[in-house]
Amino acid sequence: MRRIVRIAAVTLLAVGLWQLLVTATGLPKFILPGPMLVARTLWESRAVLAEHTIVTAAEVLIGLGLGAVLGGVSAVGLAASPVARALVRPMLVFSQAIPVFALAPVLTLWLGYGLWSKIAMALLIIYFPVTSAFFDALMRTPQAWLDMAQVMRARPARVMWHIRIPAALPGFASGLRLAAVYAPIGAIIGEWVGASRGLGYLMLLANGRAKIDLMFAALIVLAVFTLALHAAVDRGCRTALDRYGAPRAPA
Amino acid sequence: MSIPPALRFSGIVCVDGGHLFGPVEVEAQAGRWTCLLGPSGVGKSTILRLIAGLGAEFEFDGEITASDGHPLPPRVMMMAQDDLVMPWLDVIGNVTLGARLRGERPDHARAREVLRRVGLKDFERRRPETLSGGQRQRVALARTLMEDRPVVLLDEPFSALDARTRARMQDMTFDVLEGRTVLLVTHDVAEAARLGHKILLMTQAGMTAVSPPEADPPRPLDAPETLSTQGALLRQLMEAA
Repeated sequence: MRRIVRIAAVTLLAVGLWQLLVTATGLPKFILPGPMLVARTLWESRAVLAEHTIVTAAEVLIGLGLGAVLGGVSAVGLAASPVARALVRPMLVFSQAIPVFALAPVLTLWLGYGLWSKIAMALLIIYFPVTSAFFDALMRTPQAWLDMAQVMRARPARVMWHIRIPAALPGFASGLRLAAVYAPIGAIIGEWVGASRGLGYLMLLANGRAKIDLMFAALIVLAVFTLALHAAVDRGCRTALDRYGAPRAPA
Repeated sequence: MSIPPALRFSGIVCVDGGHLFGPVEVEAQAGRWTCLLGPSGVGKSTILRLIAGLGAEFEFDGEITASDGHPLPPRVMMMAQDDLVMPWLDVIGNVTLGARLRGERPDHARAREVLRRVGLKDFERRRPETLSGGQRQRVALARTLMEDRPVVLLDEPFSALDARTRARMQDMTFDVLEGRTVLLVTHDVAEAARLGHKILLMTQAGMTAVSPPEADPPRPLDAPETLSTQGALLRQLMEAA
């Protein structure tokens, strides 16, 4: 209850500041529309917004799912094999030096204007945080557990499966929480570069036609969607970790 | 379980080229309890780690041998102050962890029997977070028994427990490890006086054998002989420092 009150208070304050800015500067509504106008547009264009939100949501969710699987598998592979670490890790770090934004046009060229170029963008942007958060956790298994496994004459693959992965799940969860915030960014960039549907496309379109109120409405929908996704992933991870009994804090 | 061997450790331990301790010599008699008593940081745990085949970070110059000449590490199990219970496994899952780590089929019937012996009969499905420190240490003891190794190395397994739980845990551990070669590292003089068939005092100055009370362990906590050995051990410990 207190949380709801707090969220309401923060929202109210932000909207108030926004209105104050509009009133104080006297900017025309095609430059900076007021909160009331955006709220009305939000309601009147709900069908259009919903249609485009579904597309973006699909891209984000598929990207997130694939990114989680791919990132998870890569982290385990890297943690299991020193050779993979020596060869692949520098490449991974190097790949982070290339802005994902710069790749968007190429991905559109290769994968077309449909869903897949956006899914690929979302995946690329979350792959590194997921992989590195999980990988770091996998490399930080408490030494005493590994020692015990060695005394028990354990096989390395089984140590990975029965000790290192379970112990690293909180790290994997932190990666996923980050990914939930990053994935929508990837999808939107993809849509900006070339799309005929999705919230990113709608924003560009509205901007081009000086429908700044619709642009803002789309932005708000995107922000709410991202927050909801983050909250859902966070809660999902928490519940899963609790039920599983994984160590609380990242090991 | 194969016949427990006696074991002998002798040598010098260095780390990063710097001398850590030694030369020291530790001998543990077959099927008996040897207590290695000493202040923290003197290298007692390192000796256990090396016997268990761990401690790759140390440079060891010496030899670790079993009286029957066979290699020791595969016949050794360790139990430490930290119970090392996996929080995501229930009690029976923890007790059978070794089998799963080796790719063997866990023997649940035997695990249940072992749990009964350590007084955790109805705890099979309990999660570690619902257990007290003493109960968790009994899970660790059950896991140690489950491995069924002839040599057991104990690294201050009772030091985090309260006095009453500790005394009970000592009795139970002594009872269930009957017949195995046990090397117990401890900084608790009372523990050494109670449990050791043989007591070795390890200080910066080196290793000294101290004669234990005549009674068979586990000795009563309050027997005059136990108490006087305790006092003598403490005095030697103070004098050496």
